[in-house]
Amino acid sequence: MSKITLAKGLNAGLRKAMEDDPKVLVMGEDVGKLGGVFRITDGLQKDFGEDRVIDSPLAESGILGTAVGLAMRGYRPVCEIQFDGFVYPAYDQIVSQVAKIHFRSQGKVKMPIVIRIPFGGGIGAVEHHSESPEAQFAHTPGLKVVACSNPVDGYWMIQQAIKCDDPVVFLEPKRQYHADKAELDETRTLADADPLFSSRVVREGTDLTLLAYGPMVKTCLASAEAAAQDGQSIEVIDLRTLSPLDMGPVLASVRKTGRAVVTHEAHVNLGMGSEIAARITEECFYNLEAPVLRVGGFDTPYPPSRIEEEWLPDLDRVLDAVDRSLAY
Amino acid sequence: MSHSHPEAHADLEAGEFGPDLGEVFGPRQADGGPELVQLLTPEGERVEHPEFSFDLDDEAIKGFYRDMVLTRRIDTEATALQRHGELGIWAQLLGQEAAQIGSGRALRPQDYVFPTYREHGVAYTRGIDPLRLLGLFRGVDQGGWDPNEGNFGLYTIVIGAQTLHGTGYAMGLQRDGVVGTGDPDRDAAVVTYFGDGASSQGDVNEAFIFAASYNAPVVFFCQNNQWAISEPIERQTRIPLYQRALGFGFPGVRVDGNDVLATYAVSKAALQRAREGQGPTFVEAYTYRMGAHTTTDDPTRYRLSEDLEHWKLKDPIQRVKVYLTRNGLADQDFFDEIDVEAEKLGEHLREGCKALPEPRILDIFDYVYAEGSPEIDAQREGFAAYLDSFETAGGHR
Repeated sequence: MSKITLAKGLNAGLRKAMEDDPKVLVMGEDVGKLGGVFRITDGLQKDFGEDRVIDSPLAESGILGTAVGLAMRGYRPVCEIQFDGFVYPAYDQIVSQVAKIHFRSQGKVKMPIVIRIPFGGGIGAVEHHSESPEAQFAHTPGLKVVACSNPVDGYWMIQQAIKCDDPVVFLEPKRQYHADKAELDETRTLADADPLFSSRVVREGTDLTLLAYGPMVKTCLASAEAAAQDGQSIEVIDLRTLSPLDMGPVLASVRKTGRAVVTHEAHVNLGMGSEIAARITEECFYNLEAPVLRVGGFDTPYPPSRIEEEWLPDLDRVLDAVDRSLAY
Repeated sequence: MSHSHPEAHADLEAGEFGPDLGEVFGPRQADGGPELVQLLTPEGERVEHPEFSFDLDDEAIKGFYRDMVLTRRIDTEATALQRHGELGIWAQLLGQEAAQIGSGRALRPQDYVFPTYREHGVAYTRGIDPLRLLGLFRGVDQGGWDPNEGNFGLYTIVIGAQTLHGTGYAMGLQRDGVVGTGDPDRDAAVVTYFGDGASSQGDVNEAFIFAASYNAPVVFFCQNNQWAISEPIERQTRIPLYQRALGFGFPGVRVDGNDVLATYAVSKAALQRAREGQGPTFVEAYTYRMGAHTTTDDPTRYRLSEDLEHWKLKDPIQRVKVYLTRNGLADQDFFDEIDVEAEKLGEHLREGCKALPEPRILDIFDYVYAEGSPEIDAQREGFAAYLDSFETAGGHR
């Protein structure tokens, strides 16, 4: 057992995947000697060489486009996009090529590509460094989208994503990279870990279901803890997978609690919360005691960092929504 | 271009935006400029070039002639099929047969091709039944061949995207140790096709940079057919395209794209260079799009018929026929046999096109993901039940 951060968990997971399969490549900007701007690939180039840990020219479409060719040649590229807001130059390759080639080829060509994106805000950064673009990828058929929230999941989920024969957009809550430590039991194996495309109840409760992923899991757990002091029993679910959604645990929880609040840093309008609310309404209409509520970023561009903590949904905004739901 | 109407680039006069375009695209460049590699003139005369030579015999030239006639037949037959409503659209290659056959025949089996949507002649050289090309244009599939059977990737419609795929594949060849070993059966290269319009795309320029940076074994084969739908080459570039390669750090060659001997020789040299580990080459095949962009296009709205007449004199097939005839290398029987073969190929396409299996709506869910998805499964199941409900209700819900 060892205590690790999310950054270490991801680093160790990448290392394990590269040890297990010589076809796994890491590619991106500054992933070599520097170890990435967040140090997620720290030490990998030293141990696996420049052919497997590839410092790319500064061109995101080039990274994803060449990853397609490498995948066609039998490699499993893990592409690092340096920041969420820099994924858009690669958007065309991701949406028009990576997501569609398996379909276009009627299954003859697989695209086992992982697209790692540090996402979300709260780090005091300049524009384009704090965004949450997940819904744009979840809206794209052919992609799978997951978000880890803690060091242990980071370790297992990155390995599972690399083993997946489909392209996976892998979202990492950047403000959690170096924040909290957790115990990693290295005696466990990948087979013991929860499946990649599964959601998980992370706190049990009976009065209301709080849904979160990535950076909002920590906020929602803190919100549930605070609510408990007011006598409210809140269940928290870490969605983990955004495409496909794993609605089983969500629907079971809402059938029990009758209330749901979906949270994310991304803009509310047409965000993941919109889809999840629709699905809960379709499946649990007669169980609901209140409309499904959403808490998220406002429908503005991400703000200057001095006011980002006011813009981001926090414990109070989550509890406000909890109170509104419980008041129905 | 000297033969184009002066008004064609009246808004691009010298001084206002840049260099004198008369110099760039004027008489000196009209027929490809002084650096054009040519080994067979439009009049059917063999000529020597100090750097590139055609090293095959006359039998090979007869083979190329056959290839080009059959390729043209694929194109004209498919165009006719579109006119008869059997294809929704067709991207014509008329006039580009030599560029495609010369480069395609320079490939070895282990090489890999990343095409646009117009490489019907290259597909033919890779052993792909031309019938398979029709599916995309008929709307029954989005690429009906296995890319790994002839090492010929699926047609890519987003302009230039495939140049990055080719570069990535070439990077894979390097990692697999099949570059620069000296074993001709082992060393491999990639050729990726694109057009003059694509040369403006970011992806193409990024592909150049990645290939140069990693010294990847890829040949960038640009068919400069002078037109990107309605926009002339002047709108894409202020210098001859092949000269751009220098800025990226690898050689660029301009070859007469209507001369199959030259496109073969130049492609062969570029591919060999790549296989040996000497990195990328830019080949600009200087040609002309004799047809429309696609069957939905109307070139009479934007270009002059005298351009077409000028380029008709440079026809890639006719010059080989003149060479073979004048030198007594082929008799009328040879040409007649190929015409019969072309007729058979046409019939194969006509009959086969109508027999292409229709796609079925419930099958579209099958290949969204390699490992499946419960959401897609649920949608398939729901839609199947919906369709069944019509049958159980006697055709009505």
